[in-house]
Parts: sequence; structure tokens; C-alpha cells
Amino acid sequence: MAIISDEQKLVGPIYVFQVPVRIWHWLHALSIFALIITGYLIANPLPSLSGEASDHFLMGNLRLVHFSSAFVFAIGLFVRIYFAMVGNEYSRELLILPVWRGSWWRGLWHEVKFYSFMTRKTGKNIGHNPLAQLFMWLTNILLALFMVCTGFALYSQGTGAGSWADTLFGWVFVLQASSQTVRMWHLLGMWLMLVFIIIHIYMAIRADFASRQNGISAMIDGWRTFKDDGPADPR
Amino acid sequence: MPAHETFYDVMRRHGITRRSFLKFCSLTAAGLGLAPEFAGRIAHALETKPRTPVIWLHGLECTCCTESFIRSGNPLASDVILSMISLDYDDTLMAAAGHQAEEILQQTVEKYDGQYILACEGNPPLNEDGMYCIQAGKPYVEKLRYMADHCKAIIAWGSCASWGCVQAAHPNPTRATPIHKVILDKPIVKVPGCPPIAEVMTGVITYMIAFDQLPPLDRQGRPKMFYGQRLHDKCYRRPHFDAGQFVEKFDDEGARKGYCLYKIGCKGPTTYNACSTVEWNGGLSWPVKSGHGCLGCAEENFWDKGSFYSPVSNLNVTGNVEATANQIGGTLAGAAAIGVAAHAAATVIQKATAKKPRASKEMSNG
Repeated sequence: MAIISDEQKLVGPIYVFQVPVRIWHWLHALSIFALIITGYLIANPLPSLSGEASDHFLMGNLRLVHFSSAFVFAIGLFVRIYFAMVGNEYSRELLILPVWRGSWWRGLWHEVKFYSFMTRKTGKNIGHNPLAQLFMWLTNILLALFMVCTGFALYSQGTGAGSWADTLFGWVFVLQASSQTVRMWHLLGMWLMLVFIIIHIYMAIRADFASRQNGISAMIDGWRTFKDDGPADPR
Repeated sequence: MPAHETFYDVMRRHGITRRSFLKFCSLTAAGLGLAPEFAGRIAHALETKPRTPVIWLHGLECTCCTESFIRSGNPLASDVILSMISLDYDDTLMAAAGHQAEEILQQTVEKYDGQYILACEGNPPLNEDGMYCIQAGKPYVEKLRYMADHCKAIIAWGSCASWGCVQAAHPNPTRATPIHKVILDKPIVKVPGCPPIAEVMTGVITYMIAFDQLPPLDRQGRPKMFYGQRLHDKCYRRPHFDAGQFVEKFDDEGARKGYCLYKIGCKGPTTYNACSTVEWNGGLSWPVKSGHGCLGCAEENFWDKGSFYSPVSNLNVTGNVEATANQIGGTLAGAAAIGVAAHAAATVIQKATAKKPRASKEMSNG
């Protein structure tokens, strides 16, 4: 990693997560929270309401919240990708995997061993460890873009032919002509996002207990702290 | 018959009055969503243009497209169109049979090379060199290719010709293949539905012969005027969907009150067709109006998605394994939760069994 002192010691705290990254993280989390709940209820509606139809607007409101959160999610993702280009070096970790570096692959293998209890040795990472970075990229770039594209393609069914959503995302239906199938892939994407959230929250809490650095607090104040002053190498 | 014979001539010969003819033109213009002045243009085109022959071929299919077509809710339209096209070739409806019938194809190719419209009902099976559908001693796919080579444009009637439909259902033993994957060099208009609505069929065919061009098509190759919106967008039960009022079972209170059928599998929200506006059998009814959800019969692959009675249909992720997104995703999320719990327990054990000096050193550093 980049900042290593003369004695090969890595000493914190280091400012890692800049303000835009942290704001994005929590907005992103909030929008996903709303999207998952409303999205699940759009695919699997609540028990029927009775009375006059004009007295209720339940599905309409669920869809409104879903679409509003989707705009927060998509615009946030767009801004975050932009910030990866202008922010500090750690802000780029989400977007670019350094697959050309041997050290990244060795680090990835070490993390696989560490999390499967094949070794007790653990390194220090200023930003993400390679395994975490890989899953961040898979979910918050790849899966997130998949959800944005399929989501706005489905949205274009309501806005209609010739609308901006149809112009920008209608190509999804060229790849998959059946919009019901696109819907079901979008629903499966929601479940994959939920799997990521379960693992992500666990890993963040676990880092506070069983690693050599801090976890949750780094995304609150932006500072990475370490529990020892030793070198970054696994030990 | 003389080559310059117009549609109008043919209609008059079949005893249709001019008044009825003009009514047909206005109705067709309205059906196509055109402005009133287009009625005159349609009338003018049908009076002056030489009649474009339509050849109607049948591949692997159930003839429901023809059944729908001849039951056109506007009897005038069916009379007119039928008298126009049955004159040439439609092996279900024509009087000629056997060699006489097949001769007509040859004559049409010679006389109207590159001018006739080829209407395909059903699709060709490609396995075993097309042996699963033999007509006049030859595989249907050969007849289709030959007639397609000399036609001006193709209409793919119904979900068979447009998407493959039930004969193409997994594992598709005959390799039934939609027209656009067999004929690659001709303009194709898809008119999906199982069957398509009669007025949609007559509307499409009238547009093509009256204006001598394809109707405006969407990305999937379907005419925009009939397939531009989902059933859901124009459904008269849509207010119940927005309110969250659903039929839960076919015999419940919601069903009696006409609530939204989404929860019992209505595919209106993902199906492009004109059912909710044009309706069926002359505006008599359509599936949702009669209390049953839409099956999505005009959509690609509607036959291979598991239950018709659930809003969450099947995904075929790997080979023969079919499951809903909820089943796959729920299993994955459950596995993740169990995995995380087990991993957390293992982490605690690892911590507890760590060598004393190292553990204490970590403590002091932390």
C-alpha cells in the first residue's frame, strides 16, 4: 500500500473516506433500503385493501417511493463514479480493480485464506482489502449498473415509447424481448443486493473485533485507525 | 383476372355497396389511430391501386389466427379482407385443393414477383431438415423460403410466427423457429398474440396494402399503433391496482367487485397488445373483463415461465432448473445469513483459542 513509514511501519490515523464518498455511502444505503422494501412489495403485493378505490393509493405510493429512490440511487452512482476520477486514491478503489498487480492477487488469496480460517495472520489495509474491493466492484458497480439499466428499462414501459427512459434504456428489450423476464431478473438482482448487505454489515462489524484496524467508524468520520503500529504485512 | 384490378373492383364484385366500402375505410382509419381525413386516402388507395395479392401460409400452428381473423367483430372488415385474400392462397379457406392450390403459389410468384405480401401463420420446424411439417410432399421451411424470396414483405401472424409459441416450448423437440430467425432478408411485421385480435389483423393488412408501406414498428418489429402500450396502461381495473385492491382468489369478494388481477398472475403489466382498448369479438369482452388475468400470450416466451397464476414467474437460470427469483434469491439470502452466523461463531472460537501472548499483545495495542 501507498503510505508506509521509513521503518516499514504503518501508523494511523489516515484520512481515507472523503466527505462526498461518505455522503454517497449513506444516501446509497438509504435508497437501497427503500428500493428493496418497495420493490419486494411491488412484486409481492400486500393483502388487498377494501372500500373505495379512490380512498387508497397504496401501490401508487409504493411505486412513487421506488422510483424516487431509484433516481437517488442512479444519480448517486453516477456522481460517485465521477468522484472516483477526481477524489483521492482510495475513492478509486470502488471503480478500478488493480488486476494488473501481482500484489493485489497475492493479497486476494491471503484474504480468502484469512476468512476461511486457514491462517490467523492478518494485514493492514488503508482502504479496502482486495477481497472486499472485488465484492464492492461486483455489487456496487456491476450489479448496481445492472439494476439501473433494467430498472429504467422497466420504468420506460410506463413513460412510453420515445420517452427519455425508452431512448436511453430501451435497448434492454432488444437483448431480452420479454419484459416479464427483465422484471424477474431485476427482482433477482434485489435479492443479490440483499445478500451483499448481509455480508457487508457483518464484515464491517467484524473488522472492529477481529482485524488490526477500525471498521464502522471509518465511514462515519472518514479516518482509518489501526490497533497496532506494526507494518502492513500480514502477521 | 386482369392485373390492374383494384381492391374496390374486387369488393364491388363481391356485392359490397359503395356506402359499406366507405364505412369500412372510416372504421379502418379510426382503428389505425389515423386522423379522419385518412379515410378518404384509404378509399382512394383501394380504388386506384392495383390489388396487392396476399399469400397466407400455414406452418406449425393451431389455426387460431385464422379462426380469430374470420370472426372479425366488424363483419364488413372480414368480408372485405377475406374476399381480397382468399382469392389467392390460404390453404385453410380457399376452395382449391391439392395440385390446383399449389399451382396458385407458382402463378403468384411468376405474375407478382416482389409485389405480394406473405402472411405467415405458424412457424417452420427446422429439426430433421424440417420433416416435422410437410406440405405438398416438401418440408414447410422450403415452401416458406421460396415464397419469401419473391415477396415484398412478410406479416408474422400470431405468437407462433413472431416468437415460437407453445410448439417452441422447452425442450422444443422439432426446433420450431419464429419467422424472423429463418427469413433474414425481408421486412417482417410481427403481429403477436395467441391469436392476435381480429381488428388488429385486418388493420395491419389494410395499412400495408392501402399505404404500400410497413406500419411504424417498435423495437420488436410490432406495429406501434396496436402494440405501443401495455394492457396495464389502459386497463379499466388499473385504479384498483394503484389503490392496492387485488383479487386474492378467484371466488373471493375482490373477484366479485372486479379488483385488479395482478396477484393471481395477470401479465397485463408486461404485455403489449390492444386487448384493453380494442377488446375481443367486436368489443364484447377480453380476459381481464371476464375476470381472468392476462396470460401474456403476445409476449416472447410466455409459455415457458411456470405458473400463469403468480405475478412472480419462473427464471430458467441453469439448464433444466426452473425457479422463481424469490426462491433463488430467498435461498441465497438465507444461506448468506446462516453463513454469516456460522462465520461469526467461528471467529469467536478463533479469538478464544488464540495464543495468549499474541492475544494480550493485540489487546494492549488495541
